[in-house]
Amino acid sequence: MDAAFFRTWMTEAGTVIEAQRDHLTQLDAAIGDADHGINLARGFAAITAALATNATPTPGSVLVLAGSTLISKVGGASGPLYGMALRQAGKSLGDTDEAGLPDLSASLEAALAGVQKLGAAREGEKTMVDALAPAVAALQKAIAEGAGAATALAAAAAAAAEGAQATISMQALKGRASYLGPRSVGHEDPGAASTALIMGALRDVARREAP
Amino acid sequence: MKKLINSPDSVVADALAGVAAAHPSLAVDIENKVITRAAGATPGKVGLVSGGGSGHEPLHGGFVGYGMLDAACPGEVFTSPVPDQMLAATRAVDGGAGVLHIVKNYTGDVLNFQMAAELAGDDGIEVVPVVVNDDVAVQDSLYTAGRRGVGATVFVEKIAGALAERGASLSDVAAVASEVNERSRSFGVALTSCTVPAAGKPTFDLGETEIELGIGIHGEPGRTRAPLAPAGEIAATALDAIHADLPLTGDLLVMVNGMGGTPLIELYVVFNEVHNYITGKGARVARSLVGNYITSLEMQGFSVTVCRLTDALADLWDAPVDTPALRWGR
Repeated sequence: MDAAFFRTWMTEAGTVIEAQRDHLTQLDAAIGDADHGINLARGFAAITAALATNATPTPGSVLVLAGSTLISKVGGASGPLYGMALRQAGKSLGDTDEAGLPDLSASLEAALAGVQKLGAAREGEKTMVDALAPAVAALQKAIAEGAGAATALAAAAAAAAEGAQATISMQALKGRASYLGPRSVGHEDPGAASTALIMGALRDVARREAP
Repeated sequence: MKKLINSPDSVVADALAGVAAAHPSLAVDIENKVITRAAGATPGKVGLVSGGGSGHEPLHGGFVGYGMLDAACPGEVFTSPVPDQMLAATRAVDGGAGVLHIVKNYTGDVLNFQMAAELAGDDGIEVVPVVVNDDVAVQDSLYTAGRRGVGATVFVEKIAGALAERGASLSDVAAVASEVNERSRSFGVALTSCTVPAAGKPTFDLGETEIELGIGIHGEPGRTRAPLAPAGEIAATALDAIHADLPLTGDLLVMVNGMGGTPLIELYVVFNEVHNYITGKGARVARSLVGNYITSLEMQGFSVTVCRLTDALADLWDAPVDTPALRWGR
């Protein structure tokens, strides 16, 4: 998987988020402040623009630029958290021109660690961690079982989607939804939902370009 | 959605252009979204920077000026600003004595200010953050995001700003800011939702005779829903929650704040009830503020914020202030 693969992932993630913008905002309206889809769509549009005007010769440089763009442009909690995730993932890839599946897995693990450090969130607290952590675990398991990129990333995307669904029954302990206490139960976490979308975009790109 | 806007995307920039046009005492960088005093940094004075999502006007930009803030960074509506803005503001107001960041306790605000403080540190600017978390409607716990920062932010900005104007050190200004926060509590009530311009529809639905108790300033839901009741009962519910957390005794600074869509006449009705409740507890309303100071777009409702004053805090509250939204004594 080369730099072009990662650029495609970022722009396709932007397309999916733009398409799901209102849905994500509605999820946020239920338990937060009704801006998640709006902000993330704005951020990924800025990523697409940044990728069009800046040289990103390596997979790592694509993700670092994407992360820095989110930190600079988005605000809210999602800007720093997704920004940190992508920057850590990019840094983990180093200067390599071609990232293998184990490299990608390690980079998503680094993304998860970055998010958990910055947001102080653990699994089960109704946050994006509840989608990202199972995705990383599923990816590692698939690699250990000898799966190729398309299959392994399909498993990761499925685990992220299941993880996002599982947040419906959780009570929020972090982020703005935590102010609701027990009333946060019964709603899908918008950050987990957007993480599942981004992992879904990765699955689709891999299916097409890295079978 | 009926709003006086040109387009949902340009609300913040258009409003900032209006602020610039209306208030020559302010310098407004519309592109980078930073509001500073027109005179720039005051040499030797601790700089005060605050910021947060837009939609809470006059907070924070309306409190930039003598005796209060040196700079404000408005984010998108209800979205915290980005570290670049905060860093630009911090650099602009550093008079060599360090900079205080006044941060309302929301995950996004805290994270972005934390990053900005690190970047400012790389520049050799000393930054101390003070996090405001006065909302008793939210249960506090070590394992959650903690209480929201609401009305006490106005008190912190005024009182810390007055001390900074007197030439106090960064650690002293930060200490008084923390003291005000610790001595203050708030509770909010919504009668209607607000509508984020880019979302286009109300954030939540409230029935014709329902109110939301413990509302935040972003239309995020509160503790419970209840039927509409006389103002006295609603005020008592709010003050019961505050009194249970911080007993109302001694001299109090009391703000009855409008959420943006409630007329002053109703705020005064509420203030009378608040005054009677406090007097009934044997405490005294020593200073008061009634009006729209930390709003939630067009939401109808109010919040009440109480600070247990000391003589020193009362003196700092009374000190001259000259900002677009708060002005006396000068």
